[in-house]
Amino acid sequence: MSMDLKTEMKNDIKIIYVKEERLDAHNSGELKSEMQRLFEGGTKNILVDLKDVRFIDSSGLGALVSGFKNAISHQGNLKLSSLQPQVKSMFELTRLHRVFEIFASASEAQDNF
Amino acid sequence: MEKKDIEVDIKVPNQTRYLSLIGRIGEDIAKELDKYTGDRETLAYHINLVLTEAMVNAIKYANSKDPEKLVHIVINISDDALVIKVFDKGQGFDINTIPSPDFNRLEDRGRGIFLIKSLMDSVCYKKIRNGNVLEMSKKLN
Repeated sequence: MSMDLKTEMKNDIKIIYVKEERLDAHNSGELKSEMQRLFEGGTKNILVDLKDVRFIDSSGLGALVSGFKNAISHQGNLKLSSLQPQVKSMFELTRLHRVFEIFASASEAQDNF
Repeated sequence: MEKKDIEVDIKVPNQTRYLSLIGRIGEDIAKELDKYTGDRETLAYHINLVLTEAMVNAIKYANSKDPEKLVHIVINISDDALVIKVFDKGQGFDINTIPSPDFNRLEDRGRGIFLIKSLMDSVCYKKIRNGNVLEMSKKLN
């Protein structure tokens, strides 16, 4: 199992671009571990960009929730950007759009940390 | 009148790497339903999602992550309904005792059955000979 994640450091924000069409029970554990590793290593601000993600399931949502809780426990921030419409509707259905700060693009998100 | 029911019967190994294959089959089927008057792209996503959630449920909870086992899925399409059955050979569970997620608490898990129930018109899970079946149906007109 290996997930395609591209990371980039912009100012003090670590951006994780999920370069996968699906974020599901097969691969979301890797994203969850990566966010945990970063927060534990002292990263304070993480932006997860979902531009390429066309499909998310409950495990994918759960991995992001786990990252969000990790951010809180390390006094950090986890924000999201570039959600495709169907992906966004899953956040709405599970009320997670009220939990996450979601931005239209990675650059817009960077200005709001 | 010409009968045009379609039945797709699939068996795949009990591994999450096959989720995308099953999801894709569900999406393709949804896109072929020419009589469906709603938004077909949304229906395709929903069918992909419920198949994914049901299969993960079977893999993790019923088949105990045993990669040698198989997940058996039957999809039936008629003019008025789409019915998906996911068979497992595990101990089973009572779907009615699974609580809806508490939206005020941030849990990593517990949204799968909620999503299935939200997106389908009827959902039941019952014991059959040699195991259990999760049956989900959606009206198409």
